[in-house]
Amino acid sequence: MRTKPGILQTQAFRIVLVYVLLFAVSVTALLFFTYWNTRRTLDAQVDQIIEAEITGLSEEYQHFGLPGLAETVRARSVRAGQSIYILADSLHHSVAGNLDSWPQNAGATGQMMEFDFERLIDGKLEPRRARGRVFALTGGFSLLVAQDVHDRYLTERMFTTTLPWTVVLILILGAAGGALMSRNMLQRLDTINRTSGEIIAGDLTRRVPLNGSGDEFDILAENLNRMLDRIERLMKGLREVTDSVAHDLRTPLNRLRNRLEESVARLNAGGQQADEIERAITETDKLIATFNALLLIAETDAGTTRAAMSALDLGGVAADVVELYEPLAEERNIALALMPGADVVIEGNRSLIAQALANLVDNAIKYTPAGGKVRIRAANTSTGVELSVADSGPGIPAADRSRVTERFVRLEASRSSPGTGLGLSLVVAVAHFHHAEFLLEDNVPSGLKAVLRFPKTAVRMPGAPLKSAAE
Amino acid sequence: MRILVVEDDLEAQRYLVQGLKESGHVVDEAADGDTGLSLALSRPYDVAVIDRMLPGLDGLKVVAEMREHGNGVPVLFLSALSEVDDRVKGLKAGGDDYLTKPYAFVELLARIDALMRRRMPANVRTRLDVGDLELDLLTRAAKRSGTDIELQPREFRLLEYLMRHAGQVVTRTMLLESVWEYHFDPQTNVIDVHISRLRAKIDKGFEAPLLHTVRGAGYMIRAH
Repeated sequence: MRTKPGILQTQAFRIVLVYVLLFAVSVTALLFFTYWNTRRTLDAQVDQIIEAEITGLSEEYQHFGLPGLAETVRARSVRAGQSIYILADSLHHSVAGNLDSWPQNAGATGQMMEFDFERLIDGKLEPRRARGRVFALTGGFSLLVAQDVHDRYLTERMFTTTLPWTVVLILILGAAGGALMSRNMLQRLDTINRTSGEIIAGDLTRRVPLNGSGDEFDILAENLNRMLDRIERLMKGLREVTDSVAHDLRTPLNRLRNRLEESVARLNAGGQQADEIERAITETDKLIATFNALLLIAETDAGTTRAAMSALDLGGVAADVVELYEPLAEERNIALALMPGADVVIEGNRSLIAQALANLVDNAIKYTPAGGKVRIRAANTSTGVELSVADSGPGIPAADRSRVTERFVRLEASRSSPGTGLGLSLVVAVAHFHHAEFLLEDNVPSGLKAVLRFPKTAVRMPGAPLKSAAE
Repeated sequence: MRILVVEDDLEAQRYLVQGLKESGHVVDEAADGDTGLSLALSRPYDVAVIDRMLPGLDGLKVVAEMREHGNGVPVLFLSALSEVDDRVKGLKAGGDDYLTKPYAFVELLARIDALMRRRMPANVRTRLDVGDLELDLLTRAAKRSGTDIELQPREFRLLEYLMRHAGQVVTRTMLLESVWEYHFDPQTNVIDVHISRLRAKIDKGFEAPLLHTVRGAGYMIRAH
């Protein structure tokens, strides 16, 4: 029996997981885009201000030369807000401006760049970040015009440090939500699975419970229940038909037999008439046997029988049947043996399996010539559980094998021996009833091997315990 | 012995009642469940033969009611229903034995005898005797005229069942049901072979055979 799937294996959890991953990637991309766009806009604004300042200062420089520029820089430095100016000589000594010294990581001339500097705020030197441009002037002088962008820089740093945590948080919350959701779905699927398992096991009165929410699961459960109602009605109808066929045929057969017995009792035993009637009784009994066999096959095949299932040791069933047939085999000088095998337990009906096995053994003894062998084995194989009866008889030609399991079919060679021609049909019906396969194979080195192959998991019932012997 | 027959098929009922009377029993009959139940509760019977499908109260309910009223009369169910586990239902409802129609009268008679025997005071017996054949149920040993007889476990159970019903006809179906616990008839009559094996062990070399074949019915173990 397969164990029920863990949460990680459920479709629901997988879907949620994929969704959460996709969501995390989208959120990250979106945040990055917003960040990138905002930063671009802010930088453009800053750059615009700087460009405007530069335009103004370069006009001063053209008109009044270096002293004029120094004068303007000094004047602007006084009322500077975010603006930063520094005019320095070839050794980067400050000539004018609101920065004491030339910043160390200020880059080359011409390009917009960012650099760090220190500024006195409330009596303390604080590292800050600025964005600006350096101009080379004649005589080794250079001018740096910049804007303090420290606030933007802080925001940016905050963003880059929180982003990974945000993503981690999304993943954790998503996975937890997914687990919760799939557990809910799993519970409801589990209920449906368990109920259908019980129904397959034979309890047709079971129904899938609804939780009244009217969701897809409720609709599914409702549809399943409606289907089950219909199946139950059909099965009940079929059962009633077999019951009434059984009753309506057995009642007159019973009267017939009674009358024949009565007639025999009235006649003198040993007379010719009494013999005739005795023979009629024998024929009636054959008729009854055939009728009973047919009815049992029909019921078993359709699965409408009330046969109770229980945990069954196939080896034990085989040992009992071998024990029953051993004297008969010995009388016919046939070696009947149960081959040693492992413990083989299946879910089945003892009476039906014993009857099927008895039919197979009966056939094997009937068709194996004196001095032959019949071997019975119950074994675990890779594909399932096998119960086999192998004989050293003449076997059945491959072409006839599928035909012999049909009802009333008897091969030419066996017409003279007693039998109804229903023995193998019953075996097939019992196989169907247990979801098993019935195979006729060549025995090595000679003879026929009849195999009942039960699947490893006859019915998948998550968590359903094996019922103890009900009979 | 007093027997109650509850059967709605009047022809079958007549045959049954007549046959039982000819066998020396006192018989009351009813054709429906309610009459059957009131008879069962008002008069003392040794055995009741009850059809499963009856008009009014059905057979299962009749027996269930009887048991509820503390009535422990052994019940043999007759049924025209298909088998497999109907038998289990019948026995669960309180029946003691189950016979499917059509049945041979000898089979019915043998089962009624067995049910009556079961009613006898159950004194704990540790030894069974038939003539000079003894069976010790504790040591599981068999002896005839003082000579030990080796028996396989199943042969022991077979002999025990026959000896417990000494002097009564025991049918092949009864043996198959009680000794092997099978409720189907094997295609070949395997029981006969088991019996002849047993016979070879207990009767061979003795002048008077104990295990007899009753023609058309089954077997009987008796001293004379």
